[in-house]
This record gives sequence, C-alpha cells and structure tokens, in this order.
Amino acid sequence: MDLYQLAFWILAILTLSFAIGVIMSRNPINSILFLILTFFSISGNYVLMNAQFLAIVNIIVYAGAIMVLFLFVVMLMNLNSDTEPQKNFLIQFAAVISGGALLLILVATLKSTITGLEVSQIDYKQQSNIGLIKELGNTLFTKFVFPFEIASVLFLSAMVGAVVLGKRDQELNVITD
Amino acid sequence: MLILSVSLSFIIQKLILIACIFGGSLGVALYSTWAERKVAAVMQDRRGPNRAGPFGLFQPLADGVKMFMKEEIIPMFSSKFLFILGPCLSMIVALMTSAVVPWGPDMKFRDGSSVPLQVADVNVGILFIFGVLSVGVYGIMLGSWASNNKYSLLSGLRAASQAISYELALGISIIAMVMMTGSLSLREIVDQQTGLNWNVFKQPIAFLIFLVCSFAELNRAPFDLAECESELIGGFHTEYSSMKLGFYLFSEYISMFVTSAIISTLFFGGYHLPGLDSLAPHMPGWAFSLLGVGVLLGKSICFILFFMFIRWTIPRFRYDQLMNLGWKSLIPLALVNMLITGAVILLKSH
Repeated sequence: MDLYQLAFWILAILTLSFAIGVIMSRNPINSILFLILTFFSISGNYVLMNAQFLAIVNIIVYAGAIMVLFLFVVMLMNLNSDTEPQKNFLIQFAAVISGGALLLILVATLKSTITGLEVSQIDYKQQSNIGLIKELGNTLFTKFVFPFEIASVLFLSAMVGAVVLGKRDQELNVITD
Repeated sequence: MLILSVSLSFIIQKLILIACIFGGSLGVALYSTWAERKVAAVMQDRRGPNRAGPFGLFQPLADGVKMFMKEEIIPMFSSKFLFILGPCLSMIVALMTSAVVPWGPDMKFRDGSSVPLQVADVNVGILFIFGVLSVGVYGIMLGSWASNNKYSLLSGLRAASQAISYELALGISIIAMVMMTGSLSLREIVDQQTGLNWNVFKQPIAFLIFLVCSFAELNRAPFDLAECESELIGGFHTEYSSMKLGFYLFSEYISMFVTSAIISTLFFGGYHLPGLDSLAPHMPGWAFSLLGVGVLLGKSICFILFFMFIRWTIPRFRYDQLMNLGWKSLIPLALVNMLITGAVILLKSH
C-alpha cells in the first residue's frame, strides 16, 4: 500500500463516518456540522484526483454558502426534542419506502456510470490535467456548452421564482395592512 | 501525485516558513491592537496607551496577560463543545489564508539553490482565499448560537447574511481581474506587476469593490453590525470571557493583516516596487528576498492603518443600508466592470 492509497483510505473512511454522523445525530445543528465535514473530506478526495478546482469550488459553494444558509434556517427554527414533530406510523413507513427507492435508483445509476467508464479514465496515478481549471473551461465551453447554458437558465429561473415568491408575500402584506 | 512525493528537506523548509509566517502574523496582529488604540487616540485628541513601557509599547503584552488571567465562564444551557469551537475556528480560519500569499521573491543562495517564500503555490490560489473566507463565518455563527443568548444569535445571523452578500460582489470583482491576468495563481499575478505595472491602475473599480467588501468580510466599522454595541450589547461575543473573547478579538486583527497583505498582492504589486529590481545584482540573494518581504509588509501596514482611519472616521451603517449597498450597488457595479473587462479583452485580441 503506497502513500496515495493510504491517503485515499483515510479520506474514504472519514467521509463515510461523517456522512453516517449526519443521519445519526439527534441535534440538527450537529447534523449540519457533520455535513460540512463531509463536504470537506469529499473535497480532499477531489484533490487526490488532481481536481483542485472542483475541490475548492465544492468548499466555496457547498460548505461556505449553502451550509451557512442551512445553519441559518435551523438556528432560527430552534429545533429540539420538545418541538420535534411526531409522525404516525403510516407516514414513517411511506418515508422508508420512498427513501429506499431513491437509494436503489442512485446505486443503479452509479453502477451503470462506473461500468460505462474506461478504467484508464479513473486511474489517479496518471498525472492528468483534466481537473485543472483550463481544461475544465475548455471542455465546458466547447463540448458541453449546450447543457452548461441550459443549467444556467435553470438557475436563473429558480432565482426569478424566489424573487416572485418574495414579492407576492410583500404585496399580500400591504393588502392585509 | 505531486503532493505526496515530498522529501524531508522540503518538509523542514516548509515548517520553518510556516512558523515564520505564523509568528509574523501574530506579531503584526499584536501590535495592530496597540496601533488601533494609538490611532484612535490621535484622531480623538487623546494620548492613548502610554503607561506600559515606552509609548505604551508593552500594552499588548499586558492585555494578553490580563485576558489569560480572567475567570472563564461558560454559560449554562449552551453547547459546551460548540461554545469552545467557535473562537478556535475563527482563529484557525484567520491564519489559514496566509498559506497562499507569496511573501517575497524566491530566496536564492550562493550554491544555486532557491527557496520560495510561499507555503503553497496552488494553481487556484485566489479561489483558495475565497474558500477560506466563505468558511470564516462559521466561527461567529457557531459561537453565537452556542451562547444561548438572543443578542448573540441576532449578531450571528447578521454576520452570516452580511458575509454571504458581500462575498458575491467580492467574487465578481476578482473575476474581472482574473480575466485580465489570465491566472489564478497569486505568484503569477504578483510577477505580472513588476515596476509600476500594478493592477490597481488597470482595474480601479474592481479594487474599490474589493476594498469595500473586505471591510464587510472583516466585520469592521463601518460594517461592524455583528458587534454593534448600541443594539446588541457585544454581539456574538457577549457571553464570552477570558481568552476565548481574546481569540475572537485577536482573530479579527489577524484577518485584517492577512487581508491587507492580499490586497497589496492582488492590486499593489505585492513585493514589487519600482526601481527595486535594479538593486538585485548589488546584494546577496537572501537580502534581496528579505527586502521584498519588507516591501510587502510596508504596503500591508499602510492598508492596516487605512482600515483604522476609516473605523474612526465613518459612522456605522444601518442594517438595511448595508444590504442595499451590497445587493443594489456593489454587485451590479461589479457585473458591469466584468462585462467591460471582457469586452476590452475581446477587442484587444482581434
């Protein structure tokens, strides 16, 4: 086992144990902190694959921005065991079924992706530059330019939707006042 | 894997460098607290600290001892682990950014070997700074939530929303600069700014936006709404005492120093000064390197002083004014700046 494999195993174990921590902890704040740690260890995995850009963007966007908002909302809601909603058995059962179905789909998708890849593409030891920002930009703006632009339109529509919802609330308030 | 194939001498070399930067940052931050009080005193026609040692120079040491000696109180009903984690995170994050700053030109020795004065020349240096910045708000948020105090919580929410809002404008203003320099590595950006070829003359608007946003990211006046005494008692550190309070206050000064170094690096040529390169043949390599470090430190200290002058000149913003400035002025301005930069680059290339 060389140093690289050692690093991989340490990171993999860390990632999985943090991820388990997310769903096992009772306190939502602790869950979020575990999730942040999970993102950090995933970023470590990206660095190991020489995809530094992806690693750092993962930290900026997920650990830095989205999780701050999560924490924000959870802090405001003041969740604890007293206010925890008690769901009845039927709803719990339905949740387990739908969660299991989602897991099945995800695993199936991942499996087909991995078997579809050539092994050389995920051979980390090759000093590949595929994760570096120049190659990524070139690929995104030549080969994948259409899906890339479609994704940006999707984000724009989500933003417009949020603004519309916020505006409507304000107008309603004005009317009720 | 480049990062894993390292030799022992490399590790020792980096450890020494890290220790120097660590000590240097702490030292500068220590005397920033003294300088802040002196600047405040001069601007308010007072004398400032003048009892401990000549010109009150031992005042920071006395303050440190005081902080350590104070009784430590951890409020009941608060999460003890998170309460302690808050100030620790603030401190770690404040020190982490300095890893990618190139502090000086490579130190060349007579036997031809050279030592870079930068801990890590990652090719996404600027993004690394953003990553650290975006994580920086957790220290305040966790501390404020764990305090179990409504003023602290309000302050934490303010700090978080302020940081997120101003990060956007900061990021966009830097994109314009990166488009121009064509590199994300801080060393390359510095080496493009030899002589008076500073980025501040090419991207004045980006510099202005970056400066305003860094005030907000540092939680400094006029944007220090997170610790606004008149409304929130002490803000996020209301419940903190002893050295944990010290850590919060001190991490702010460290961030201020590192941010000043980054502003100097990105916009003011880093360790370059017009005419400095002509001195290189006349002196040994290590001395020239140290001269470069001195130049960068000098520029940083100018910015630290500027931060202080602003604090004692401009009154605090109101919260809605802060949000309006961020979302309705700075972000559109940064976007327009980016658009113009892109257009100019396109025209030049044709």
